[in-house]
Amino acid sequence: MGSYLLRRLLIALPSLLGISVVLFTVLALAPGDPFAEMALNPNVPPEVQANLRKQFGLDDPIWQRYFRWLWAMVQGDWGFSFISRVDVDSLILQRVPVTLAVIGASQVIALMVALPVGIYSAMRPYSWFDRIASALAFVGFSLPTFFTGLLLILLFSIKLDWLPFVYRADIAATGWQWWWEHLRQAIMPVMVLGLFQGASWTRYVRSAMLDVIRLDHVTTARSKGLSDWDIVMKHVVRNALIPVVTLVALQMPAIFGGAIVTEQIFRIPGIGSLLIDAILRNDTPVIMGVTFVFSCLVILFNLIADLLYGWLDPRISYR
Amino acid sequence: MQERQIRESIEEVRSGRLPRRTFIHQMVSLGLTAPMASMLLMHAGVANAQPAQAYKPTKRGGGGALKALWWQGATLLQPHFANGTKDQEGSRIFYEPLGSWDRDGNLVPILAAEVPTRENGGLSADGKSVTWKLKRGVTWHDGQPFTADDCLFTWEYAKDPATAAVTSGVYKDVKVETVDSHTIRVTFAKATPFWATAFVAAEGMIIPKHLFGPYAGARSREAPNNLKPVGTGPYKFVDFKPGDMVRGEINNNYHMPNRPYFDTIEMKGGGDAASAARAVLQTGEYDYAWNLQVEDEVLKRMEEGGKGKAHIIPSGDIEFIQLNLTDPWTEVDGERASIKSKHFAFTDPAVRQAMALLADRAGIQQFIYGRTGVATANFLNNPAKFRSPNTKMEFNVDKANALLDAAGWKKGADGIREKGGKKMKFVYQTSVNGIRQKEQAVIKQACQKAGIDLELKSVTASVFFSSDVANPDTYGKFWCDMQMYTTTMTQPDPERFMDQYRAHEISAKANKWQGRNIARWRNDEYEKVYAQAEAELDPVKRAALFIRMNDLVVGDNAIIPLISRPRVRGASHKLMTALTGWDLDFSGLHNWYREA
Repeated sequence: MGSYLLRRLLIALPSLLGISVVLFTVLALAPGDPFAEMALNPNVPPEVQANLRKQFGLDDPIWQRYFRWLWAMVQGDWGFSFISRVDVDSLILQRVPVTLAVIGASQVIALMVALPVGIYSAMRPYSWFDRIASALAFVGFSLPTFFTGLLLILLFSIKLDWLPFVYRADIAATGWQWWWEHLRQAIMPVMVLGLFQGASWTRYVRSAMLDVIRLDHVTTARSKGLSDWDIVMKHVVRNALIPVVTLVALQMPAIFGGAIVTEQIFRIPGIGSLLIDAILRNDTPVIMGVTFVFSCLVILFNLIADLLYGWLDPRISYR
Repeated sequence: MQERQIRESIEEVRSGRLPRRTFIHQMVSLGLTAPMASMLLMHAGVANAQPAQAYKPTKRGGGGALKALWWQGATLLQPHFANGTKDQEGSRIFYEPLGSWDRDGNLVPILAAEVPTRENGGLSADGKSVTWKLKRGVTWHDGQPFTADDCLFTWEYAKDPATAAVTSGVYKDVKVETVDSHTIRVTFAKATPFWATAFVAAEGMIIPKHLFGPYAGARSREAPNNLKPVGTGPYKFVDFKPGDMVRGEINNNYHMPNRPYFDTIEMKGGGDAASAARAVLQTGEYDYAWNLQVEDEVLKRMEEGGKGKAHIIPSGDIEFIQLNLTDPWTEVDGERASIKSKHFAFTDPAVRQAMALLADRAGIQQFIYGRTGVATANFLNNPAKFRSPNTKMEFNVDKANALLDAAGWKKGADGIREKGGKKMKFVYQTSVNGIRQKEQAVIKQACQKAGIDLELKSVTASVFFSSDVANPDTYGKFWCDMQMYTTTMTQPDPERFMDQYRAHEISAKANKWQGRNIARWRNDEYEKVYAQAEAELDPVKRAALFIRMNDLVVGDNAIIPLISRPRVRGASHKLMTALTGWDLDFSGLHNWYREA
């Protein structure tokens, strides 16, 4: 197991390098300029722009810039944003709590919906409950989040005036008031993301359950006269969860990546909105930082998912 | 004739026969900016109007929270590094200049004790120096006194090329010296009619020497206070998250009585203009929203929500079409659109005139912009004293047809005009933007009726407006027959604005297409008039010269002005703002309050 882990980590290194090369080249080839806004302002002399480009090393050839970035990165220096002139790591760290809270909560909601609904649907396939749940699940994951987000805003903020639609990360209140304010502003984005995710997971849980429920060991358990609850919990759910766990584990990096569209609609200062702003302004160091963290997480959680298989299914071994 | 008229009006203002405001409006309708109009009066010795805004609160604070929404959030809070107005606005909450421009273009003292004039000895007779008296008893947020040394330091800081300050253009050519602890003198190399640039408005914010002193020059990025501003402004810094939120709290030692009114302020970034408008006008979640680039129809519907209304403030920004006078399709000396080449159609004045006749500006205003744009025939529109009365706009397809017929452009079998085997097919580019694509369609329709075929092209804004040398689609290269965009006028004085038609500014390979004369228009008389205006100390003559320049550019139809674009802001009904088209939104923040 130890040597397997080591081998996997060693394989990860070249793939991370490859990812960074591709990212850097694509960014360097993409059109645009971090100082475009300045170029439009007649009061900023072109020398200032040229000077900034030189200072930030934008005029050097791509490969030089890449190796400079790589060398700094290896030493733990993530560089600084061309736009805000703030260090990239502190920019990312600033956004992490909000992202974790909102996206994390939405994944929890998704699980809380998907597991019970999926399991119950599979126990009573083609019952009324199953049909309604399936229909709703299809509706849920065919509606894009930007649409449901706007719909919820229209209903709860504009028509009913119950909930705010501008998310504020720092609320000047304490105690219960603070929790209440946060809850109120988080309801809509969390629901939009959670229900979307939950809808597709419900279908996965249901089909995984149906695969297992027909197997012989379940029939055996039933013929032994075990209660329905015991059969489902001990013999079906545990086995059915294997593919679901993989799915959820692979979804985890997305939590850190944020939800670009939803964050934009509700003005949530998460990592997704940091990334989109950086892309729009051609702020290379920030884009590199965020996407690099993201690719590390994808590789890491892939590894975790592989390890989890072995724990859930002892037949799988690591060699 | 122009000049005499302006002089007469000034005399009328002096004697009180003509209200000051009316004079400024008259001048604005002549194409001058309001600040320039008020400088005319100042120069003539007519005292600056006392700002007439009634500030009602009788004590400091107690106003609760002011919540402002900027759909592009501030990314840094060091005014001399600002990437755009959003950063300047964020900084302006905490930092202040010596003076700022109000709605009518009057210079209002902020950290200055008074506005320099000839009478109080602030302006020298030769126009080469300005002496500013600073307000006494002003302290920085950390309790240190504000003195002339801070101004001197700000100048040294900004002009140093190693600092890479975006404001260096304002400071590098002036000299600043301290006269005493609260007096500074700004000296210019030559007579400068528009002297209110250094230490004034957006680029004039003064930073404390005791905090930034060690970080001038190459170490400028390392200053901890780049992210934690300590200024003299009405609100003190609390917290900043780049791109998301700026928060401040009341400065109880502010140097103006009974101000500020609000206890806290927050400037939230992110999202888009339409939803920002909704949060202010319809749901009232926020008190103020910046730059509502939303169709007027939508704004009106949101205003029916009853929580707030849109404020429309005149400014100098203008949406216009440029006609390429050079050939953008063939390379001459290794360069497309080289100044040595000639456009097959647009070098013919009759064609240019016909194109101007085909621009349905009134229709564009009525159906696309509504309240948020004013159709215009002038390039220089505001302040009104610089707006030319000599131009007129006309939409007349028949006249355009007649002109083209007379010039020898005959319709071919396909209904498209041609001459010498060259068909009238033009590529017309602009940035991707719903409103712009509608404008393109309007122009295309009219051109079709006149036998001109336009191919519409739209380029993503981030590419179109970039200075990327490698990209062929930037507005600076203008490798196209026609293009349209909005050019902004960031100063109330048109000198900088109008230099974009001078020959040495022509955008070309040699200057990496950074030259500001993108239409590549050349005119000897224009050069002469510009040189005259640059040195002209008498503001009246100067105004007349700028009007003449406008008439030259517009009269030649190298550009077709379409829409003068005022600023559109949203505010709740109860919020009393002090907005201006000549300075930052927050330049009058100390005067903002909420009506009970």
